[in-house]
Amino acid sequence: MIEFENVTKSFGETDALHEANILIEDGDFVFLVGPSGAGKSTFIKLILREINADSGRILVDGQDITRFSNRQIPKLRRDIGMVFQDFRLLPHKTVFENVALAMEVIHATQRTIKRQVPQILSVMGIEDKADEFPDHLSAGEQQRVAIARAIINNPKMLIADEPTGNLDPDTAWEIMQLIDIINRRGTTVVMVTHAKDIVNRMGKRVVAIDHGHIVRDSVGGEYGYDD
Amino acid sequence: MIKNLFYSLKQAFIQMWRNRGMTLASLFSITAMLLILGLFFFLTVNVSFMTESVKEQFDTIEVFLEDSTSYEEAQTMMESLMALDDVSNVEYISKKQAMAEFKERWGENGYLLDGLSENPLPNSLRVTLSNLQGGELTASICRNFIGVEDVRYYQTEINKVLAISDALQKAAMVIIIFLVIVSVVVVSNTVKLTVMARRDEIMIMKYVGATNWFIRGPMLAEGMLIGMISAVISLGIIWALYEKMVEMLGDQAFVLFSTTFVETEFMMFNLVWIFLALGLSIGAFGSIISMRRYLNEA
Ligand SMILES: Nc1ncnc2c1ncn2[C@@H]1O[C@H](COP(=O)(O)OP(=O)(O)O)[C@@H](O)[C@H]1O
Ligand SMILES: [Mg+2]
Repeated sequence: MIEFENVTKSFGETDALHEANILIEDGDFVFLVGPSGAGKSTFIKLILREINADSGRILVDGQDITRFSNRQIPKLRRDIGMVFQDFRLLPHKTVFENVALAMEVIHATQRTIKRQVPQILSVMGIEDKADEFPDHLSAGEQQRVAIARAIINNPKMLIADEPTGNLDPDTAWEIMQLIDIINRRGTTVVMVTHAKDIVNRMGKRVVAIDHGHIVRDSVGGEYGYDD
Repeated sequence: MIKNLFYSLKQAFIQMWRNRGMTLASLFSITAMLLILGLFFFLTVNVSFMTESVKEQFDTIEVFLEDSTSYEEAQTMMESLMALDDVSNVEYISKKQAMAEFKERWGENGYLLDGLSENPLPNSLRVTLSNLQGGELTASICRNFIGVEDVRYYQTEINKVLAISDALQKAAMVIIIFLVIVSVVVVSNTVKLTVMARRDEIMIMKYVGATNWFIRGPMLAEGMLIGMISAVISLGIIWALYEKMVEMLGDQAFVLFSTTFVETEFMMFNLVWIFLALGLSIGAFGSIISMRRYLNEA
């Protein structure tokens, strides 16, 4: 559960997010849309505590994370899987090692790692790529590795910042299907996107941000504007 | 905790191997640093050791007696000297005894004295001072005794030696501190390169919820390992060098300063701890300094 209560975050003169209020329940699927510079990434960075709010409260599973100390942040992030437009894989590590990193961070045993990484890779349909390096993979395959890394520790939430932004429409749709499957298994999903047809086709909840204001929040909504 | 330690060590070795160029460079510079540092350490310890023994030798006043002065007259002088507060002991040294000591001090070169037909050394009194401050006064009292030929007391020499050794030790201390700082900078630059090369990795590790210690651990281990290996290498080199030096110059030093070098075993025993501690701290500080900025941003 994620709840924003009158959250404001400004950078100098501009309010990247202004008095935002929103409630995202467990198991929800939310598309976050809006023009470039609207405040979407700011919204996500606030949830991860990459940045902290100037005012207001942000509750994640009932805890106000704006009051978290630096030492509490790692714990927060272990409950959140993160996927980015540019994949953010480590180029000098194999697919297996890239995914294993997320498990090493939580001090999983080598045995558990050796058992679970191949499992998640086969769920993602890239079990045969385990020993490849990222730049030998197609863009779609790289994003699958990134998703595998994001969900291997069974996080409660998956947050994706334009995960299909670098993909062709067919591959984008495949990735979208994977994220949908993850959501059906019970993981809350917040996905920033500019992909109008994906949003319209999925028919999920759509939250629109513009100039730091939440201007629309509709279930089964449409993308709603032209870029 | 234990798991983190193993993970850190493993990652540290992997990193050191992958950046072996940089690793070698910092190993080399820290080793060089420690070597110079070790030389200054040895210099300081030896100088202070020699100063002590010089002080010990010169806390005595040698009172040379005229040949005509009888043993009884000498006894009277000794009694009045013993009565002084600044005097702890007075010893009568006969001509013969003086010659024997002289020969001993010359060691292997002592045979040179065998050529002398008669003993040129006078009988003497050796006055040991309990307080160096009272040296000058005691010496002048001795000069005023009848039957005294000459009084030898090295006040000015002692002061000179003390001043020189004091200056040497202070200079060595400054250089040592300077070298330690330079070493920290060297390590911190090495680790900084590692950190910069691993910037993306650090960012990604933070996204998946790595604690700062999880990220810091391997780099701290890397710095400390480099520091420790450097310490071991320089200890080996210094050990060999010092032993060679003691072997080659020990006798000369004895003739020149009437004292030996500090024993190799004693020096090394102390140096092992100093160097290991120093190597580890140089490594640790170097890594912590260079990581601090990166870990604090998000
Ligand atoms: N670190 C920052 N420093 C200054 N301004 C920022 C920073 N991050 C975001 N902004 C500003 O805040 C606003 C919202 O940015 P962002 O949340 O990244 O937008 P979006 O992701 O919707 O494109 C923009 O005007 C942007 O310039
Ligand atoms: Mg953005």
